[in-house]
Amino acid sequence: MCKNSIKRKSKQVLNAYLCAQEFIYLFIMRKYIQDFRVTDCTRLHANYVLLKLAQDTPLPKILPGQFAEIRVENSPATLLRRPISINYVDRERNELWFLIQLVGEGTRHLGDAKKGDIINVVYPLGNGFTLPSDNSKNVILIGGGVGTAPMLYLGEQLKLKGITPTFLLGARSAKDLLQLEDFARYGKVYTTTEDGSHGEKGYVTQHSILSTQSFDMIYTCGPKPMMMAVAKYAKAKNIECEVSLENHMACGVGACLCCVENLKDEGNVCVCKEGPVFNIKRLLWQI
Amino acid sequence: MQLANPVMTASGTFGYGTEFADFIDLERLGGIIVKGTTLNRREGNPYPRMAETPSGMLNAVGLQNKGVDYFVQHIYPAIKHLRTNIIVNVSGSDIESYVRTAEIINELEEIPAIELNISCPNVKQGGMAFGVTAKGANEVTKAVREVYKKTLIVKLSPNVTDITEIARAVEDGGADSVSLINTLLGMAIDAERRRPMLSTITGGLSGPAVKPIALRMVWQVSKAVNIPIIGLGGIMNARDAIEFLLAGASAIQVGTANFIDPTVTIKIIEGINDYLERHHYQSISEIIGALEC
Repeated sequence: MCKNSIKRKSKQVLNAYLCAQEFIYLFIMRKYIQDFRVTDCTRLHANYVLLKLAQDTPLPKILPGQFAEIRVENSPATLLRRPISINYVDRERNELWFLIQLVGEGTRHLGDAKKGDIINVVYPLGNGFTLPSDNSKNVILIGGGVGTAPMLYLGEQLKLKGITPTFLLGARSAKDLLQLEDFARYGKVYTTTEDGSHGEKGYVTQHSILSTQSFDMIYTCGPKPMMMAVAKYAKAKNIECEVSLENHMACGVGACLCCVENLKDEGNVCVCKEGPVFNIKRLLWQI
Repeated sequence: MQLANPVMTASGTFGYGTEFADFIDLERLGGIIVKGTTLNRREGNPYPRMAETPSGMLNAVGLQNKGVDYFVQHIYPAIKHLRTNIIVNVSGSDIESYVRTAEIINELEEIPAIELNISCPNVKQGGMAFGVTAKGANEVTKAVREVYKKTLIVKLSPNVTDITEIARAVEDGGADSVSLINTLLGMAIDAERRRPMLSTITGGLSGPAVKPIALRMVWQVSKAVNIPIIGLGGIMNARDAIEFLLAGASAIQVGTANFIDPTVTIKIIEGINDYLERHHYQSISEIIGALEC
């Protein structure tokens, strides 16, 4: 019993330490502008590339859910940087991973990057997902399409905290489900596809796991209708839920006031600075 | 007001400076023109507020800010120690609101100047209404001049037939300087959805796309007035900045370029110095208005 209480106590101390550390990191968190070397740019399928960018020096602290503004060179039609979620941070190789959906001229340019190219990156930007303070929490990470990108790094960070997350990943069809083996390293992976070619047929919110298991925390990123459906589920079940928004942005640092989301408590705030992650309680979504 | 160098940041593109403190030494700037400030809090326009266009961008922020009292209580204390010129961009919906805001800013010791925004294209009431007629521009400048004792800069709209007429009216009203150009009224359409790209349908165009127009207007205004001109509009690098100085601007502002490279202002300061050295000029004043034509 004594042993248990010491164990419990040391766990509490450790948790308090982790919380304090997070607070300090948030406080001293700073942004960088750096040139990165392309180490890999692999087409995962017709519409997605996995871009890996490396530095010679160790990368700074990066929170899961943060993003980068990536410069697109020699493309006058796309003057602005492209805001892209940080998919994964490989500390051994000093590498940032970006899962990029090729939607327009800017992302297509990035998708054409060759090994050895230099790409300028402003990072890490925005806030991150709130990691649970106690590791007995049952958490689920729900991602749709390219919205699965930040879930990989979040999954790893949760695992490092001693929380084994559940992943629920949705896509149109099997070929659109990306990095499944990477996700499987950190937790159990469930999938849905609209055509039924992988996992359960339908949308993520229709997956049986949401009715057979209970969760204390939901993290979600993906197309807005999907996130709204997830938020609606979370609200109905009274589960804490954080969503990562993708509003169009220019500066990425809270200066231009273009990417605003209207919040219940504060009115219009910059998604790039106050977000991209928000608790659904703050949003004015009709859910 | 004295500038350490001619490079300032344009209002609405640099926040309150602190947003860029991780990237550059703010004290190396000639000045920081902070986000448009109004008497009362403004929520701004609904999302979407931005559309990227070839070599430029449209915005329709609509002067979102927490009001001048919030600025005085919360923002000013955090930036007043900066050893650079902190200039407040002041906007209003009628003469009274311009005057009251200017009066409040006049009391702030570490603010050496205001930039009167009579040219915002993104608010229904006021703003640009004053900037598009010589009479309106003259009246609002005169009224603010009576209460504002430090350097008064007036920011001009390019959305007029003859910008020199407005510039002269502002000079007559007592302005110490004019800055130009604010954004050009523009529009972008999503053909697939048959909808405008901005919630307000129209918005202000900035970026390299507007530079030739801005240069032309700076050159015209430099022939028309005797007060110093601050040039802006699509400046992306030192060469662009030098072009504005040659056209007659005494200083310049960098706007949209801050979004693409948050360190660009420092590169421009260094690039101007290189240019002066390369052409054996002793000081910047030698190239102001030095266009040979």
